[in-house]
Amino acid sequence: MIEAKNIHKIFKDLHAVKGIDLTVEDGQVLCIIGPSGSGKSTLLRCLNGLEEKDEGEVFVDGVKADESNITALRQKMTMVFQNFNLFSHLSVLDNITLSPIKVKGIEKEEAEAKAIELLKLVGLEDKKDDFPRSLSGGQKQRIAIARALAMDPEIILFDEPTSALDPEMVGEVLDVMNNLAKEGMSMIVVTHEMGFAREVADKVIFMAEGMIVEEGTPDEIFNHPKMERTKTFLEKVL
Amino acid sequence: MGVYVTGFLMALKGLPMTLFVSLLAVAIGASFGLLLAFMKMSKKVFPRVISKAYIEIIRGTPMIVQALIFAYGIPILLQGLGVPFKWPVLLIPAIIVCGGNSAAYMAEVIRGGLQSVDPGQIEACYSLGMTKRQANRYVILPQAFKIVTPSFGNEFITLIKETSVLAYCGVVETLRSAQLWNANTFETFAAYIGAALVYLAVTYPLSKVVAKMEKKMSEGAA
Repeated sequence: MIEAKNIHKIFKDLHAVKGIDLTVEDGQVLCIIGPSGSGKSTLLRCLNGLEEKDEGEVFVDGVKADESNITALRQKMTMVFQNFNLFSHLSVLDNITLSPIKVKGIEKEEAEAKAIELLKLVGLEDKKDDFPRSLSGGQKQRIAIARALAMDPEIILFDEPTSALDPEMVGEVLDVMNNLAKEGMSMIVVTHEMGFAREVADKVIFMAEGMIVEEGTPDEIFNHPKMERTKTFLEKVL
Repeated sequence: MGVYVTGFLMALKGLPMTLFVSLLAVAIGASFGLLLAFMKMSKKVFPRVISKAYIEIIRGTPMIVQALIFAYGIPILLQGLGVPFKWPVLLIPAIIVCGGNSAAYMAEVIRGGLQSVDPGQIEACYSLGMTKRQANRYVILPQAFKIVTPSFGNEFITLIKETSVLAYCGVVETLRSAQLWNANTFETFAAYIGAALVYLAVTYPLSKVVAKMEKKMSEGAA
């Protein structure tokens, strides 16, 4: 379970996140939608401390994140990035096993066996010896998901995972995420894929100008939005 | 013609020493330069100032002056202070000076290499629970190293030429070998042309290799 209270982030001249609260229970999928520049990604990055928040608290399984434990807590909330960020000098297999071996101290054979399982899960077991540069965007992102899963996280944070993909590759990544959700993986997904949010999310947050405008079930947000701001946004994107 | 061949062969006698000093200096330069690069990027003021001062002083003074200070100046200074100090062999200050000199130049190259690694790579490390040290060791340094390898090659070529100043600090390397032969035979032109050709015979193929590496790198990045 992950809980955030009153998160604020201020860049030099921009108050990007203005006092956000959120909770994701085990097995839940939270989708955060909203226009570009609304602070969605910044909020996500404040949760795992990639962005230093200016105010607020984050709890992972009831443990308050601070400077001393954030490295350990990140193992429980791994992240998938818009630009994949696969380690360019390592093979697919090494990308997946690096952190389990070096951070968790898992034996190489065990880590590799698990990596193969994860590659099967994302449908790419034949790519284990390839290097990232030879993969398509969709394949890279599926590897990145396998890499995030290899740490056995409690929750995965997805930062616009399909935004950098060619349209024909979006589906294969969303399918993998959809399967994960079905298997009960907790996720926070910052996304522009309204279809995915509507179908997979347990809860949807609509953000604009650094604030939560409206939150609720996909049915509430997409079919019965209460706020004018939400309605205008949805009219534009749907 | 024969005299030029002899001149070349005489200078060639010093080549192993030139290569030995240059290789060691590159190794020292790379490791000490890495430390200086990290110091210069440190958040703390003290290491940053030390690193910056070192780099400025070394780059702002000629290597031959540094070599003369180390080889001859420091023993005299210490003896004047009552410390009976003498270099066992002048090769030691020579290597210290060349390595220390190289480090100042390589620090900037390494820093550039480290900073050219995509910041997304370090974020990916952090997001998987790695510490800064682990991220550097397993991801950032290997990637930066790949980027700067051609620069290490260029530095090696530069050092092969620059170590010629050691001829004036008691190290019998390529130039000194030529000078010694000249002193015996007064074949001045043949001696120095011989030395020049020895340097060229090494640096020209090496620069081709480095150019190839650079080309391969830029293709690999695309």
